[in-house]
Amino acid sequence: MFRILQKTFSVGAATADYPRVAPHLAEQFRGCPEFEFDIWSDARPAAEACPTGAITVFDRDRMRKVTVDYGRCIYCGECEQATADGAVRMSRRFELAAADRRDLVLTAEYKLHPDGRHAQLQSTSSGPGADDTPRRIADAIQSLLGRSLAIRQVDAGSCNGCEQEIAALNNPVHDISRFGIHFVASPRHADMLLVTGPVTRNMELALRKTLAATPAPKIVVAVGACGISGGIFGTNYASMGGVDAVIPVDVYIPGCPPRPEALLHGILLALGRVRQRRL
Amino acid sequence: MKTLVEELRERFPEQVRSSGEPVSGQVTILLSGPDVTGIVRHFLDEYQARLVTVFAEDRVSAEGVFYNYYVFDRPGDPNLVILKVPIPKDNRLFPSLAAELPAVNWQEREIQDWFGLEAAGHPNPRRVALHDNWPDVHPLRKDFPLDTVLPPFEGEQHVYRPAYGEGVFQIPVGPVHAGIIEPGHFNFAVAGEPILYLQLRMFYTHKGTEKLFENLPIHRAVFLAESVSGDSAFSHGTAFCEAIERAAEIEVPARAQFMRTILLEVERIANHISDVGAIANDVGFVIANAHAGRVRELMLGLSETLTGSRVLRGMVAIGGVRRDWQRAQVEAIEDALKIVEREFRDLVAIVHSSNSTRERLEHTGILSTEKAKMLGIVGVGGRASGVDLDVRRDHPYDAYRHLSFRVPIYQAGDVRARLQVRIDEVGESIQIIRAAAAHLPDGSHRAPAQRIPPDRCAMSAVEGWRGEIVYWVRTGDGDRLERCKVKDPSLNNWPAIVEAMEGNIVADFPVINKSFNLSYSGTDR
Repeated sequence: MFRILQKTFSVGAATADYPRVAPHLAEQFRGCPEFEFDIWSDARPAAEACPTGAITVFDRDRMRKVTVDYGRCIYCGECEQATADGAVRMSRRFELAAADRRDLVLTAEYKLHPDGRHAQLQSTSSGPGADDTPRRIADAIQSLLGRSLAIRQVDAGSCNGCEQEIAALNNPVHDISRFGIHFVASPRHADMLLVTGPVTRNMELALRKTLAATPAPKIVVAVGACGISGGIFGTNYASMGGVDAVIPVDVYIPGCPPRPEALLHGILLALGRVRQRRL
Repeated sequence: MKTLVEELRERFPEQVRSSGEPVSGQVTILLSGPDVTGIVRHFLDEYQARLVTVFAEDRVSAEGVFYNYYVFDRPGDPNLVILKVPIPKDNRLFPSLAAELPAVNWQEREIQDWFGLEAAGHPNPRRVALHDNWPDVHPLRKDFPLDTVLPPFEGEQHVYRPAYGEGVFQIPVGPVHAGIIEPGHFNFAVAGEPILYLQLRMFYTHKGTEKLFENLPIHRAVFLAESVSGDSAFSHGTAFCEAIERAAEIEVPARAQFMRTILLEVERIANHISDVGAIANDVGFVIANAHAGRVRELMLGLSETLTGSRVLRGMVAIGGVRRDWQRAQVEAIEDALKIVEREFRDLVAIVHSSNSTRERLEHTGILSTEKAKMLGIVGVGGRASGVDLDVRRDHPYDAYRHLSFRVPIYQAGDVRARLQVRIDEVGESIQIIRAAAAHLPDGSHRAPAQRIPPDRCAMSAVEGWRGEIVYWVRTGDGDRLERCKVKDPSLNNWPAIVEAMEGNIVADFPVINKSFNLSYSGTDR
C-alpha cells in the first residue's frame, strides 16, 4: 500500500491539458496532407499512390476535377511522396472533426495540357462549413444533463486501431472524465454512440439495435476513415461502408486512427464546446 | 542424408508428386489427391510436427482444380513444409482432420464457407465465417466479384447448443460488449456461478479482407495488411511485406531489417504494457492500470518519433521501410527505454505487491499443456502453458538471427502465467531493441522498387505480440495478387478460452479473456 501511494505521489499529475494547451507532438508526427492547388501541376501520381481513394481525378473535355476526401485519408504520406512539385505536404493538423460530411471534401478544377498535366486552376470548393446540428443536440443534452455526457462505444467492424486510441481517452494522460464525460456499459445509459467501422454486414443489425436502445436525445459520432467512409475496405460483399450508410451521423472524426486529442476535439465539437476548424 | 521429399516419396509413393520451386524458408510438396490423412499422421507422429494452418485456393480457371495447403512446422527444421493438395472441381470433397486435430476446426469450415469445398466427416460442419443468415455464396471463388451486393438479412438464424437441467441458465453476451472492445458473441451455460461451457461466435467483423487483397495493387495492399488487426499494424504489415519479398526475391537492406526488428519489439512492449494493466484492472486493481496507461503513452510517443504514427502505421514497405532515421531518432530510443524500463519495473512491483490480485490470478483460467498442444495454441497463451514456440527463434527473420534473447516458458497455464510471460517479454524486448539499435547498420533503408513477377508463391511468419502471424501469397499479373492468405494467431487461440473457462465463474471471464487478449478483427478478417 505504501509503495502504491509513494509511486502515485512521486509521479504527480500526468494529465495533459488539451484542448487548452496544444498537445506535445513528435517532430515526425504526420497529420493530414495539405494541398496547394494553385501550384499543383499533376494530381494523377498522388491519386494513383493513395491507398484508400481519398484523392481522385475525373477528366473530361480537357478539364480535370480533383477531389480530396479527408473522410478517407489515413495520413500515410504516399501522396506527398508521389508529388514532385511540392504541392502536397503532410501537415501536423489533426483536428478535422466536422458535423457535415461535405466539410471533409475539397475539390479543384483544372484546365489540362495535352499531356494531362494541369494548365490552369479554374476553381476550388469546400463544404458549406459548420451548421448548427451539433449545437441543437448539444443544447438538448446540456439542458437535460448539465455538463455530463455518457458515451457508449460501438465497434461495428473496425480493425481495433480506433479502439486503442478511444481506450486511451480513459488513461491518466488524456483522462476524458475531466470533462464530465465517461464511457458506459450499455446504450441505455448513453447520450452518445461513438461508432467505428466499416460497418460489416454481420454488425449491421447489432448497430441498428444499439441505436434503437439509446434514449433520445442522442448523438452519433463516426470515428476514423473506416467509420466515415469504409476507408480502405470501402464497400464490398461483407462491408456496408461508413456508419452513415446504416444510421444517421452527427459528427465525423477523421484519422487512422484519430489520435486521442482528435477524438476529444470531435466529441467536444459534438457538445458545442469547441469550434469546427476550416479545412 | 535423404531430403524430406525423398523420404516422403519412399513412404507414400502413390501420393507424393514433386517439390515446388525453392523459396527461402519453405519447402512445398505437391501431392496427387485430396486424401492427406496418412501423410498428415506421418508428420504429426514421426516428426512431432505442428499443423500451422490449412487454407484453400481457387485455381479452377487457371489449372482446373482447387488446392488445399497444409503447412507444417517441424521442430528443429528452419523450413516450413507446405503440402499442396489438388481438389478436383467436380468432386469438391476433402477429408476433415478436425475430429483428431481440433486446431483445424474453424479453418476447415472457413474453406467450406469461402470456397464451397466440403470437409468430409467434420464433426460440426456448420458455417463459421459467413453467418447462418448469409445466402449460399462462396466469396473467395474467382467467379464471385468483390463488390457483389447481397440481399438484406432476414433475422437471426444461428442456433446455440441448448443447456438443460434444474438451475441451468444461458447468459448471452455481445456482440456489442460493455467495454471498449471488439464485437463477438459469448454464450455461457451456467449452473449457479460456475460455467458449464462457453460457446463462441465470431466473424462479426468479417470485412472481405482476403478477397480485397486480390483487388488492390500490391503497393496499396501493404496498408490493408496494416488494417487486418489494428493493434498489430506493424507486425501484420511486416509479415505481408516479407511474403512479397520472398516471392519476388527482393533483398531487404540490413539497416531496414534492424529497423523492422526494433519496431516489432516497440509494438510488443506497448501492447504488453497495456495488457498488464488491463489484467490488473479486470480484477479491480485500478491503480495499476492507471500507471500502465501512462507508461504505454511513453511507448506510443516513441512510436510517433520513429514512424510519425502512434500505432506504427505507414512505415513498413515492400523492400524495407518508408522513412530512414536520423541520429536524433535513434537516440530517442534509449532515452525512452530508460524511462520505460524504470516505470515498468515499478508497475510490476505494484502488481506483485497486491496479494488479493495474485489470489485472483493464480489457478484462474487454466489451459493445460496437453490441451494447448491439441488446439495448436501459439504465442503468449501457448508459452504460458508450456508450448515452447517463438517464430523469432525458430524461423528467424529480419535481424533476429543476429540477436540473442530468452523465450519465457511457464507450465501453470493460468492467468498469472500469461501475465508473467508478458512481463518477462517486455524485459527481453527492451534488450533486443538496445542490441539492435547499438548495431544498427548504415546504408539504405529500402530496396529499389522493382516489378513483382507473376505466379510466385511464398509464405512468411512473424512473431507478433500475440504470436505467430502467417501470410501466404500468390502473385499475379500487373502488380496484383491472385491470393493472399492471412492467419492471425487469434484464429486458433480462441478455442483456448473455451477450454480455460470450464469450471471457472462468470465473474472471472473478463480477466481470463483479457489474459489471452485475442484479436477479433484478425480472426474475422
